[in-house]
Amino acid sequence: MSAATTLPTAATTDDARISLRGHLRHTGALVRRNLLWIRQDPESMADALLMPVIFTLLFVFVFGGSIGQALGGGQDQYVQYVIPGMIAMMSMTLSQGVGTGFSQDFNSGGMDRFRSLPIGRGSVLFAKISVELLRMLFATTVLMIVSVAVGFDITNWPGLFATVALSTAFASSIMWVFLTLGVIMKNAQSVQAMGFLVLFPLQFGSSIFAPTTSMPGWLQAFTDYNPLSTLADAARGLMVGGPVAHDLWVTLGWSVAITAVMAPIAIHKFRTKS
Amino acid sequence: MTRIDKNPSGVSTAVSVRGLVKHYGETKALDGVDLDVREGTVMGVLGPNGAGKTTLVRILSTLLAPDSGQATVAGYDAVRQPRQLRRVIGLTGQYASVDEKLPGWENLYLIGRLLDLPRKEARTRADALLERFSLTEAAKRPASTYSGGMRRRLDLAASMIGRPAVLFLDEPTTGLDPRTRNEVWDEVKAMVGDGVTVLLTTQYMEEAEQLASELTVVDRGKVIAGGGIEELKAKVGGRTLRVRPVDALQLRPLAGYLDDLGITGLATTTVDTATGTLLVPILSDEQLTAVVGAVTARGITLGSISTELPSLDEVFLSLTGHRASAPQDTVPTDDREEVAV
Repeated sequence: MSAATTLPTAATTDDARISLRGHLRHTGALVRRNLLWIRQDPESMADALLMPVIFTLLFVFVFGGSIGQALGGGQDQYVQYVIPGMIAMMSMTLSQGVGTGFSQDFNSGGMDRFRSLPIGRGSVLFAKISVELLRMLFATTVLMIVSVAVGFDITNWPGLFATVALSTAFASSIMWVFLTLGVIMKNAQSVQAMGFLVLFPLQFGSSIFAPTTSMPGWLQAFTDYNPLSTLADAARGLMVGGPVAHDLWVTLGWSVAITAVMAPIAIHKFRTKS
Repeated sequence: MTRIDKNPSGVSTAVSVRGLVKHYGETKALDGVDLDVREGTVMGVLGPNGAGKTTLVRILSTLLAPDSGQATVAGYDAVRQPRQLRRVIGLTGQYASVDEKLPGWENLYLIGRLLDLPRKEARTRADALLERFSLTEAAKRPASTYSGGMRRRLDLAASMIGRPAVLFLDEPTTGLDPRTRNEVWDEVKAMVGDGVTVLLTTQYMEEAEQLASELTVVDRGKVIAGGGIEELKAKVGGRTLRVRPVDALQLRPLAGYLDDLGITGLATTTVDTATGTLLVPILSDEQLTAVVGAVTARGITLGSISTELPSLDEVFLSLTGHRASAPQDTVPTDDREEVAV
């Protein structure tokens, strides 16, 4: 047989498709692996524990007085404003971890073993996202405890749960972006640096920390379509009161759009990287 | 569920490679490789760094797509049937691919679950393999606390979870000290005793002789020789005589004397001052006797004398007429490109 008879031109005859149950089993086994990592290295949870505490305290006590005044109240008024925004911020910041952890995984060589096993390539990615979402839920719980301590009133529990659901949906879409970065970038540091560049303008060019009304027009145009603004505003509406529908739909739209574009890219990049 | 192709002569072929080509830009990692491994045998693929050994293993284990050519493992095509193929292979890479953060037991349980074993079976299989590879006591410790040899053993255990029909061992003892290397050899021999077909890559003639029954010698992406170990050894014909005079000052005069006598094998006589030994390549028992005679004639007292298999360098010199000096940077072993999924 000569070298000319080469790659398959006919339809593939790979009949060993992986069932949905198979995918769930593989994802479950890999989630267990990632949870064991946390047990082995509890310090990896430090960011999820400390970030909500530190950011809440900083923003409430540093900016709370003056922004609260501008809002027509005081620090208490600002607490009601900023806490829903914090949920939005954390969904973004903690999503980064998914990318950094991932590039470490690749460089350790363990990925070759997974790739030589008969598992769906998506399982590895889904497992990673599942664990990061669990981390985020943990951070959200911490955030709510701290926020009650600084005077936030949880009056609307269904609204709170709806907010968590919405930010989880948005975070999972953002994680596909960071997963893609994690797969294509050489090391964890570059992923972090790149993530920071994406993250910072989105977080501060938003309505998370302060109302956008006093910002220049061009910036307002940006913040209006910044999904973090709409997520924060939807969270405010759901938890504190006010209009919800528009921001909710825009946020969901972003989540679906980002997932639809980035998930296939991430999976493709993952498949074609060795 | 393993399908082994029977060729007309009735001998089963577990791995079949035809005209396999893989280029990285200008570098031809594989340049038309043909290879057959019969079921239940150990095929050694011997070659220097950059010869294409790792590329071959990566294609056979579906981690890399070939540019052209055909590769089948247990009857499954590496490009068209990757999922079935992955079910019947085990892979132990050049770099131990255990998860360092997980305890040994968890490493094996994870692989078992990913291979679709039911929970209970995955558990008993993990226990049994830890026992078999003498790792039971370390089962609950993170693999990061393991020694190099323990990691390789865990890696071997992991590649055995799925009871593979064909096992790929990519330089299984590179970077290990001699004692640990022997340990790994013993494990591999035991696995072969269980009837698994093995394709093993190595840079060491000694390793190939220890483990393989057949050998394929590759250089710069091409097969340059192949056949049974004994056959190949006869073809290469050489051995290395290691002579250590008690008085190290005698080293150089002795080397000069042997040169004058014209005793040369595949390579030239070299002086190893670090160990105070003279490495004399010889081709025959007559030459061995002649060296001993020369030493006696010069009245030199020997501390030790022994014969070794030819080094990879000598094998290459004999087979190709050039040294095994493929530049190491042409094909990094972890070169990563497109992959079949």
